[in-house]
Amino acid sequence: MHGLLSNRRLQRLLPSGSWYVIAAPYLWLLLFFLIPFLIVLKISFANIVLAMPPVEPVFVWTQDQILQIRLHFSNFAFVFGDDLYIEAFLNSIKVAGISTLLALLLGYPMAYGIARAPNGWRNVLFLLVVLPFFTSFLLRVYAWLGLLGRNGPINGVLMHLGLIHEPLQLLQTDFAVYIGMVYSYLPFMILPLYSAIEKLDLNLLEAAADLGCRPARVFMKVTLPLTKQGIFAGCLLVFIPAVGEYVIPALLGGPDTLMIGRVVWDEFFGNRDWPVASALAIVLLVLLSGLVLLLQRVQARGEAIHE
Amino acid sequence: MSEAYIRIEQLTKRFGEFVAVRQVSLEIAKGEVFCLLGGSGCGKTTLLRMLAGFEEPSEGRVTIDGVDVTHVPPYERPVNMMFQSYALFPHMTVEQNVAFGLRQDGLRRAAISSQVRDMLALVQLEGYEKRKPHQLSGGQRQRVALARALVKRPKLLLLDEPLGALDKKLREHTQFELIKLQEQLGVTFVIVTHDQEEAMTLATRIGVMRAGEILQVGTPADIYEFPNSRFVADFIGSVNMMAGRLTVDEADHARIDCPELGVSVYIDHGVSGPPDSSVSVAIRPEKIQMSAAKPAQPDNVVNGVISGVAYLGGATRYLVRLPTGLQLKVTAPNTHRHEENFQQDESVWLYWDGSAPVVVTR
Repeated sequence: MHGLLSNRRLQRLLPSGSWYVIAAPYLWLLLFFLIPFLIVLKISFANIVLAMPPVEPVFVWTQDQILQIRLHFSNFAFVFGDDLYIEAFLNSIKVAGISTLLALLLGYPMAYGIARAPNGWRNVLFLLVVLPFFTSFLLRVYAWLGLLGRNGPINGVLMHLGLIHEPLQLLQTDFAVYIGMVYSYLPFMILPLYSAIEKLDLNLLEAAADLGCRPARVFMKVTLPLTKQGIFAGCLLVFIPAVGEYVIPALLGGPDTLMIGRVVWDEFFGNRDWPVASALAIVLLVLLSGLVLLLQRVQARGEAIHE
Repeated sequence: MSEAYIRIEQLTKRFGEFVAVRQVSLEIAKGEVFCLLGGSGCGKTTLLRMLAGFEEPSEGRVTIDGVDVTHVPPYERPVNMMFQSYALFPHMTVEQNVAFGLRQDGLRRAAISSQVRDMLALVQLEGYEKRKPHQLSGGQRQRVALARALVKRPKLLLLDEPLGALDKKLREHTQFELIKLQEQLGVTFVIVTHDQEEAMTLATRIGVMRAGEILQVGTPADIYEFPNSRFVADFIGSVNMMAGRLTVDEADHARIDCPELGVSVYIDHGVSGPPDSSVSVAIRPEKIQMSAAKPAQPDNVVNGVISGVAYLGGATRYLVRLPTGLQLKVTAPNTHRHEENFQQDESVWLYWDGSAPVVVTR
């Protein structure tokens, strides 16, 4: 009995197996997310110099054994002081917001259709949604360059049908950016929506109909509120990467498609202004984390509904 | 039976090749509690879902209070259903769940809240208005589901295994509550269940279903005492079933030759079957009496050896092996304490009344 107790105490002192399982991904995040983030944070407070790397050190050991920390807040002042950056942020949020909404409007019926499809079909339809992931993201965006081009098949078909007489300028427009965004991020919307809709008890829909509710109202009163979690998750998964998206606006957007991802890229590689680029990245991160926390709180309140 | 309030005519439902419900016709009177009883896959739930409007009948007609509702969608039927899983809306409070149906009718807010209050009082759920379904016990959820279905005062209330999810103690209590409520409101009930005890206690009439067809309709006592088929006799309660041949069939008595039993069975009424036809004889275990000494009656007497004893408290169940090898189930009530019970391997005489056996031809 005594031996058993002490054994149990020993087990409590030593980390259990599950601890190691959790530790592995955290270690990974520490190495490849937190440390780079801290480096970026450091650079955002540095001063620009013409050197390699093009930043002044933030931490300096002076000869009299003093650690000097010089934080330049000028980069942040610059970011918030320039209309260009504010506009880029606002435009990114607008483009990401509209893309998310479009993805939701398109993704919800698709997810619903898949979740309610006959058993044999469900896996096939599901696979079709995930299938694009088997090719490179960059390649798929490039494919849209061909599709939307002046001599691309879309213009070709429209001309052939006589709907237009001159090829439409589709590329280098906001329209092309939305197409690229919705196309690329749609699966991230569908997957959480599918899992939420699939879990929905069909008896609840029948019960609503039984109590005198017409189909459209059943959707508004029962289906939608009970799949709220999936809607939240899907919107977050689309919105967050869409705000910082660089490739799609760079390839499909025009010169006036101002998005923060592109601005950060230009600052880093065009202007070689690492501190301002880092400051932009930090502001974007704070902005998005704030948004995620807010949505999570709303979602947590929603979760209290369920067991 | 009084005038038919709910009339089901030649109702058939096919799913592809499979016939779930086959040509069912039924008439149910107003205020009745009708139980559809059968094993799983017998079509009882499909029949119920056709009454609710969730399934479109392949053939046939349903009329409620003189109105043909065969093709009326569920949201326009004067019918409500209590689901087996209760199907309470998890994102709504008890109050909102019960009010849901009334809200669809566009009633005034004050009217809705007073009706909801009355209904919750009726099912003894006052004080639970603001709770969510997951904060309720199984019995409370069942009552919310009942309140939600009854608050619209449907002409017909459908109940799918209403007590199935409750534990035994609660079931017994709830059964009587349910009947009290039904009598109070006068709503016609159609209940689907696989539990014969549930059907017996709740129903005014039972329809026993098998393979999409209704085999017999009758009061619980009818079904139990006068089953019309081997299946019904076997399905309801416990029974000793023996194959036999009709040898004597007069107006006032009949005799059936039962090789399995070793003697012929005397029945104190005519069975009006074709002479010499093969029939089945069903005798309920509690209708067989047991004694150590040979009884005086000339017929319906066999002797055997007790091969099994199960003491059930209120009664004792014996298995008695006859010289032919057949085992008969016998139930003896324990009317006295300290009763001298029969023991395993004891030789006993079994006998029964001429009215006890039931002859079924199919």
